[in-house]
Amino acid sequence: MQDHHHTLSILVDNEAGVLARVIGLFSARGYNIESLTVSEIDPVSNMSRITVVTTGNEKVITQIQQQIVRLVPVHSVVDLSLGTASVEREMALVKVAGVGQKRVEALRLAEAFRAHTVDAAVDSFIFEITGRTEKVTQFINLMKPLGLVEASRTGIAATSRGSEAVHTE
Amino acid sequence: MSMKATGAEIILLALKDQGVDTLFGYPGGAVLPIYDAIYQQNHINHYLVRHEQGATHAAEGYARSTGKVGCVLVTSGPGATNAITGIADALLDSIPMVVITGQVGTPLIGTDAFQEADIVGITRSCTKHNYLVRNVEDLERTLHEAFYIASSGRPGPVVVDIPKDVQFAEYVYTGEIVKSHKTYRPITDGAADQIAEAINLIKNAKKPIFYTGGGVINSGPEASKLLQELVELTGAPVTSTLMGLGAYPASGDKWLNMLGMHGSYEANMAMHDCDVMICVGARFDDRITGRVDAFAPFSKKIHIDIDPSSIGKIIPVDVPIIGDVKSVLADMIKLWKDGNCSQGQPSLDAWFKDINSWRARRSFDYNKTDDVIAPQYAVERLYELTKDKNTYITTEVGQHQMWAAQHYKFEEPNRWMTSGGLGTMGYGLPAAIGVQVAHPDALVVDIAGEGSIQMCMQEMSTAMQFGLPIKIFILNNERLGMVRQWQQLLHGERYSSTYSESLPDFVKMAEAFGCLGLQVSDPAKLDETILEMIDYNGPVLVDVLVEKNANCLPMIPSGAVHNEMILEDVLADTEVSDAGKRLV
Repeated sequence: MQDHHHTLSILVDNEAGVLARVIGLFSARGYNIESLTVSEIDPVSNMSRITVVTTGNEKVITQIQQQIVRLVPVHSVVDLSLGTASVEREMALVKVAGVGQKRVEALRLAEAFRAHTVDAAVDSFIFEITGRTEKVTQFINLMKPLGLVEASRTGIAATSRGSEAVHTE
Repeated sequence: MSMKATGAEIILLALKDQGVDTLFGYPGGAVLPIYDAIYQQNHINHYLVRHEQGATHAAEGYARSTGKVGCVLVTSGPGATNAITGIADALLDSIPMVVITGQVGTPLIGTDAFQEADIVGITRSCTKHNYLVRNVEDLERTLHEAFYIASSGRPGPVVVDIPKDVQFAEYVYTGEIVKSHKTYRPITDGAADQIAEAINLIKNAKKPIFYTGGGVINSGPEASKLLQELVELTGAPVTSTLMGLGAYPASGDKWLNMLGMHGSYEANMAMHDCDVMICVGARFDDRITGRVDAFAPFSKKIHIDIDPSSIGKIIPVDVPIIGDVKSVLADMIKLWKDGNCSQGQPSLDAWFKDINSWRARRSFDYNKTDDVIAPQYAVERLYELTKDKNTYITTEVGQHQMWAAQHYKFEEPNRWMTSGGLGTMGYGLPAAIGVQVAHPDALVVDIAGEGSIQMCMQEMSTAMQFGLPIKIFILNNERLGMVRQWQQLLHGERYSSTYSESLPDFVKMAEAFGCLGLQVSDPAKLDETILEMIDYNGPVLVDVLVEKNANCLPMIPSGAVHNEMILEDVLADTEVSDAGKRLV
């Protein structure tokens, strides 16, 4: 069995400590977290959605899902890497400092990557870029020789294609 | 019923409504209001232990021997951290337990206050669930929910951390008991198609075997009866893990004894050779499977478990059945009878011929001499002299535990309390206290080692205070025997820190606590000493001086396969692979 990336969407009750329960389970059982995104999605029903990208073979991924579902405040877990295709996006804020030719080149690449300029000074830019993880990584790498100061990435938000909700309860 | 009450009173009302009449605990600053409320009521008996670890193990013994939820009350900080070992023990052995911990007042949380510890954080990975109750309005619901979660599905420990100001605050108590939860919904009924597939496999099996575990015990006495019925119907032999002993009677003709690392030759050989394995409420623990890639290589595997995460965790199975053992076994029996499955079932004669040849190796036999007591002999005599009484056995952890499992024969569930998953030395004495509290007229014996007993020996004082006539039966070999055995096998006989020098005089120690202390070293005097222990109306400690270097056999060395058991005392010649050494 081969290791693959899997994007897990986890619907939880938004209560104190719930994120610690989920990520604590990953570290306690030796599972890897490559990306983690969490935010409240519905204040009325008081639910949050945690999106985790992890790596493992089929057996490990199944076990991770079963362990997560066992946590009391968890509603459901869905592996978005299975079945119908999913859409995954990540956003990053990328700060680049420089003058002259490098500054022009940074701006041109940002346009090519459809990044927005959200802050500009005479010697720096902050770009907002959205896309698949690989695209964001590629953009950040391109900025390195052009004066990359730092990048802040959000982690992945993901949902399934089509009209169905990911979590149907 | 709705009444105004303080948080402390709400706790006691909720416990009463949950049918709790017994608490094991230890007071302290952060639980003073609860202890004050205990003082002013008559429904709940509080048993004061001498160390909070003792409270948790006592609650485990109470729970394991009754099927009820064990309850613990301890203070914040060190009170709660001392309880951690017993909480982790209850998690690994799936024991229903509710632990109420006091916490510093909510304004002080996070300030490194006196006796403050982040107990919800510390216990997150060793509880089934835990709560910090910041508002008295949430207290009643949280407590009832805690009992529901602890006792339903796969049972386990639940911690409820209650700040001191919440204990003082007032609110309305309603008495509405929670029996459901919006996200926690254990599955109890097995899927019909999988049960049908399982029956189809069993009725065509030539070499079937039941491999049963603690889940049968947890499912209640009814589950054990159903197991016996299904074993009779199918004619298949049955073996059990350490945790499942007693679910099928040791006197039954299908009984193969315990399996696993120190299990019987017949059980392990049958597991290796079987063609259909029916795993009932067990979880393919590493002490059971030996080398995973060669575990029962010729078999189709059926796995009945209430916890979906147990399925396929270690060993891939062919027919997973998620559900409560009792419910699934009842369905299987019905299906077997309705389908008249005994007709046309292949003959199991050849299978039992194999089994009988393995039984003939008599793998639990040991050397008996007239001048020194063999530890196995001590357990055997204890069994013979207590088997007709209303007896409950607890153990500590180590060689004595395995010898107890091998040589004490259990006919019923809930009679055997031992720390299986976590392997906690110090479990047996406080567990015996919990069992004795639940069964005041029973004979409760802690089979112990001289090493383990020193880990919670202070609880002899608890036994004295509450008039609990427990019996502590120490197999004293003056060595940490199980570790010594591994050092002999794996580490070139370099006995690093396994000889307990300066052992206490156990007889004097017992007397210092006010218990009766006895010592025996002559095999000829063993019986009379055991009888004296049984007849004494009060707590007794018996120091049985046994053969010092006996090894616990048979055994499957780590990293070996079931059919590679060591039977005789030839440990020093056994080669263990490096991979195997890492598995120890």
